[in-house]
Amino acid sequence: MKRAGVVALNTFREAVRDRVLYNLLFFALLMMAASVIAGQISIGIEQTVIVTLGLSAISLMGLLISIFIGVGLVSKEMDKRTLYAVLAKPLRRWEFLLGKFGGLVLTLAVNVAAMAVGLFLALIYVKPELERGDATVLIAVYFIWLKLALVVALALLFSCFTTPLLAILFTAGIYIVGLYVQELRNMPMQMMSGGMTLFTKWLSFLLPNFENFNIMAMAAHSRQVPGTLIAQNTLYAAIYCAIVLTAAVVVFSRRNLK
Amino acid sequence: MQVETGEIFGFIGPNGAGKTTAIKLLMRLIFPTAGTARILGKPISDIDMHRDVGYLPEQPYFYDYLSAAELLDYFARIHDLPATVRKERIEKMLQKVGLETAGKIQLRKYSKGMLQRAGMAQAILHDPKVVILDEPMSGLDPIGRREVRDIILGLKHEGKTVMFSTHILSDAEMLCDRVGVIVGGKLRGVGAPEQLVGVKAKATEIFFELTGQSAAPLLAKATRTGDRYRLQVPEAELYDTIDQLRAAGAKILSAAQVRATLEEFFMDLVEADRAQAAAVEVSGK
Repeated sequence: MKRAGVVALNTFREAVRDRVLYNLLFFALLMMAASVIAGQISIGIEQTVIVTLGLSAISLMGLLISIFIGVGLVSKEMDKRTLYAVLAKPLRRWEFLLGKFGGLVLTLAVNVAAMAVGLFLALIYVKPELERGDATVLIAVYFIWLKLALVVALALLFSCFTTPLLAILFTAGIYIVGLYVQELRNMPMQMMSGGMTLFTKWLSFLLPNFENFNIMAMAAHSRQVPGTLIAQNTLYAAIYCAIVLTAAVVVFSRRNLK
Repeated sequence: MQVETGEIFGFIGPNGAGKTTAIKLLMRLIFPTAGTARILGKPISDIDMHRDVGYLPEQPYFYDYLSAAELLDYFARIHDLPATVRKERIEKMLQKVGLETAGKIQLRKYSKGMLQRAGMAQAILHDPKVVILDEPMSGLDPIGRREVRDIILGLKHEGKTVMFSTHILSDAEMLCDRVGVIVGGKLRGVGAPEQLVGVKAKATEIFFELTGQSAAPLLAKATRTGDRYRLQVPEAELYDTIDQLRAAGAKILSAAQVRATLEEFFMDLVEADRAQAAAVEVSGK
């Protein structure tokens, strides 16, 4: 486990040196512009505009990092053959994968936390006196981070057995479908054949439900989030990540490095 | 095939013979479909055994955002070396491979030869008992090749076992206690270089100086450079030839035995393999 930590820290260092955190600059500019403009054109809904815009930007930037860098975590190392010297060390393949996953999730945590600070600064600009309910924004940011961890796990799994381009498409595809899992569950099943009904039901439970992590409306209106939802989402993300990473380890452990 | 403790073993073969594949199998980078391999008496799947093994991949490429010192620190941490030992070992290794002044430069600015040296440093960083090097001299200039040869000899003096693959046969002849020759994925011979090529001399080369053409029949077979000649004669005809040359007034400068080289042995195997492949192809048609 210690060795996985060493790999994770190196992955974090790689992200920092490859200027992944430069997106924070763009986010800061976006928040500054939004807070100035929102203060001028929206009367009484400045908070809603800032929170919605800020959380959407955090989610989108995080997704781009998770998918594109997540897919490259293993495939880039295989392409450049940096993996050879690393895996010849006393390092198990699962430790390597877990380290790469942990490193990117750590990068995302730092990134998302920095963006959350920017969002709060913009919020303070339009609403100098914050209320207790505004802490919901922090929970919304935490949920986004959980969602991103899940996306990284999926990207890692796909990159273990397919090309980077296909892995990007698969991960993005699952993410988009995962936003509509609830709709899939509520579909009128009477119109379908028995087999199709069963398939749709299974699929709706098999796919990750990314909409679970979206509490943007609650955050925009400073509504309290029940503790059970926090526990439920944390557990859901942890179990789902564990399953996906286990599958990735099974695939990667048998892979010949040509 | 077995590599003995403390020896330098050369794994030689033409491109595509299977040298790198065999080494990758030993390093768990690819998996065998049949057969077994052991290092230090333990199966290659034993992760703890790999603490005692150092490996240099062919044409190594490392994280180019790290400096050589950072790369070594990363690998030292994976090997779980304590902080105090780490610092000291890194400095020592950088010095050993001649990178002490370039240790803090990012690897993306390194030349191919410098990367090869960084690769050598990471392979021996943790003081392994067995060092496996895949084409360690490839891409190096004559000075770099000599330095790598010195490092390999130094490892032998420290009691380490070194196995390296190469297609540069002069390196193998110069360094190896024994070599294994692989052609077409099959091991075709294992032994000391002089054993493989045979100890019997093929001929003797006489080097002499002569003005005029008084030994015309002999001179026809010789190679001339000014007034000096080189002539290869079978062992049985050696003394007769020397008598004839003396009678013709030649000044004999030297006479040395000509032995078959590892290269000749190697080329014979490759030619035989090609001929066999061609025969199979014809019979298949």
